[in-house]
Amino acid sequence: MSKTYFRKIPADRSGIWAGKHPLLTTLDIELTERCNNACAHCYINRPQNDEFARKAELSAAEIREVLREAALLGCLSVRFTGGEPLIRDDLEEIYLAARRLGLKVTISTNATRITPRLADLFARVPPLLPMEITLYGSTRESYEAVSGRRGSFDAAVRGVTALQERRLPFVITGIVLSSDDREIEAFDSWVRTNFLPEHKPARVLALNLRARHDDDGKNERIRALRPCPDRQYRVLSRDEAAFRRDMVRLFSRFAGIQGDRIFACEAGTGSACLDSYGRLQACLLLRHPDTTYDLKKGNLKDALKVFFPSLRERRAKNSDYLARCARCFLSDLCDQCPARSWMESGTLDTPIEHYCRTSHRIARGLGLLGDAENAWDILDREKRIEKFVKKGGWNGPQG
Amino acid sequence: MDPKVELDAKYAPSDDIVAREIEGELIIVPISSGVGDMEAELFTLNETGKAVWKRLDGTNDLRSVIGSLAGEFEAPRGEIEEDVLGLVGELLKRRMLVDRRKP
Repeated sequence: MSKTYFRKIPADRSGIWAGKHPLLTTLDIELTERCNNACAHCYINRPQNDEFARKAELSAAEIREVLREAALLGCLSVRFTGGEPLIRDDLEEIYLAARRLGLKVTISTNATRITPRLADLFARVPPLLPMEITLYGSTRESYEAVSGRRGSFDAAVRGVTALQERRLPFVITGIVLSSDDREIEAFDSWVRTNFLPEHKPARVLALNLRARHDDDGKNERIRALRPCPDRQYRVLSRDEAAFRRDMVRLFSRFAGIQGDRIFACEAGTGSACLDSYGRLQACLLLRHPDTTYDLKKGNLKDALKVFFPSLRERRAKNSDYLARCARCFLSDLCDQCPARSWMESGTLDTPIEHYCRTSHRIARGLGLLGDAENAWDILDREKRIEKFVKKGGWNGPQG
Repeated sequence: MDPKVELDAKYAPSDDIVAREIEGELIIVPISSGVGDMEAELFTLNETGKAVWKRLDGTNDLRSVIGSLAGEFEAPRGEIEEDVLGLVGELLKRRMLVDRRKP
């Protein structure tokens, strides 16, 4: 017998599996599409008092059953998201059910509903994963210009403070829609000063259109809020050395052009997402009706073993996509994906001009493309990438 | 001070943890705060640990557990006893086991 009895695994790492992975490792559950904020850019939110949506949501008992099945399949982590998941009256019941099944939990939240009582519960029964907090500005004015609700800034600060006081782990993502770059600096500095001294907040730049194709007017407003490619490049490369290091890491994993496969990501392999009404999705964004699975009529195992693998076999047919995206070497840099294509155009394989322009802008900034070049025309792409990686991201301009 | 391991005790998993067997790995997931070294850690048991853990069900005292393991494994009884006492001590220290004799 041996004297090394057990291994400690940091909860935020999934490096447990030496050999075979379980069929399901992580599950996202969207507890509601309703939200107490009314953010201008949101791809999914519905008003908090939308009774029609509330009545259609999965009950706590139905969610408990899904969690039980997920745990039986080996799932170790669950993320509760929304909408704002904390507006559900039965959130505590659902949270405790997940934890008692031995699931690690993270909650994606705007923090405005984190009361001292709820924070005490998280301290007593820790989620084991950091909470994912999204904040919209570092001042009442800038925050509430995005959230659309008076009092939401103070509520969010109180919520984050409640976590902080109990030493509960959290990360912060910033959605700063202001066109003033100084607002981004101010936001990062505010987060470091008040909440997380070492933290560099993640930044959401790719604003998605409405996932349910339910509001053309809002889609227009979201398009108008998107930072232009030049600004995205500027924001991404503020710390240029770190940015180039990240890009070297990204391109050093380059495995060739994507071809006509439309799923380049890992969506639906070992993970799944459940919408508020019981439809299982390969990814949280992908709601094309042909790509979702009715969990009320089936089960997680069938979805993961049969439905998603067959979905992932889909091939692109759009000639524009085949001429461009299928031959492009910037796919790892580009936000083009079947989900976003569905949001933008109603198909899974339509090139999205905004993302295409942005990835080209970044590649030009990195010296991987000349000013007049298109990435799908580049035949010596491997050579360019090799040079870029070898020079640590500082390879000089092309063309 | 480390908790004392008693051969007459009937140890069982604490309500503050959930033990899950996934793809052959036995994983101990803390439920309540204060379990484990740090709250944000999971634990997996090796084959020795698993063989011991499965016998810690609160019905048999530790002496019987050691006897049962000695019947299954070829290692000398003294070595098995040392391993069991070592593992149980580690688990008690982390509040992952309770003594069912105690209220």
